[in-house]
Amino acid sequence: MRNVFAFLAGGLFGAGLLISGMTDTTKVQGWLDIFGDWDPTLAFVLGGAILPMAIAWRFAMGRVPALGGAFPAKPEAKLGHNLVLGSLLFGAGWGLAGLCPGPAMASLTWGGMGGLVFMAAMIAGMLAAPPVRVWVDGIAASS
Amino acid sequence: MIEMDWIWGLVGGLMIGGAAALFLLVNGRIMGASGLLGGLVDGSGSPNRAERAAFIAGLVTVPAVLALLFFEPETNLTPNLAVVISAGLLVGIGTRLANGCTSGHGVCGISRFSLRGMVATVFYLLAGGFSVVIFRHLLGVI
Repeated sequence: MRNVFAFLAGGLFGAGLLISGMTDTTKVQGWLDIFGDWDPTLAFVLGGAILPMAIAWRFAMGRVPALGGAFPAKPEAKLGHNLVLGSLLFGAGWGLAGLCPGPAMASLTWGGMGGLVFMAAMIAGMLAAPPVRVWVDGIAASS
Repeated sequence: MIEMDWIWGLVGGLMIGGAAALFLLVNGRIMGASGLLGGLVDGSGSPNRAERAAFIAGLVTVPAVLALLFFEPETNLTPNLAVVISAGLLVGIGTRLANGCTSGHGVCGISRFSLRGMVATVFYLLAGGFSVVIFRHLLGVI
């Protein structure tokens, strides 16, 4: 049952990404390009996505998930260098190609060879992340 | 069509948020694309491997079917493979270091007023803006 609902959530997420225009790299780069021909679409996407989720978080208070278990606890408000550095690196790559992980997966079957290359590079980056984290932590500890 | 874009953005956004709400309220999980995939890639998510794989299967196949039946979508990704590979590596490393991307930090984090999610979103938006300015307007590679 968990897998059925996971599939449905993934499918709805993918459909939303496609319909909203998030799988179109020109729209994403158009939103990030504040000095060019700025495209405000992404503000509507993000706003539209946050609204139902904010209601869901309110609803979740004092309840448990429908299929059992517990809701994820709110993470400690601890920032740290990995959060900042990681977000900067992610943002740089996001601007460069106009793809983030969700749309990269949603466009996998119809995004052509470039999309497959992006996916492979992203997976390679994910595999490289743990040693990079150790290295960054070492620098942070010694400075 | 251009002036309709914001409506499609809003409708698609509501669907994205609806998916995140469904995954939270039914499965009790955070809908973060990079975390769900990353946990499969590096093995850290092996306790719920099937649930992650099912989510990704839906994320890949439903847009595939929609693309086949109703749209002829284009990613308009740059043909410059050096740019594509660099961007993919940066997105892969960055999202795992930061423990989240646009869906996890942006949608799920901001909507519960998580400080980490809000700070991450500010930094990746800033870096994304700088990246486009530098690589498009200064260097002209994208």
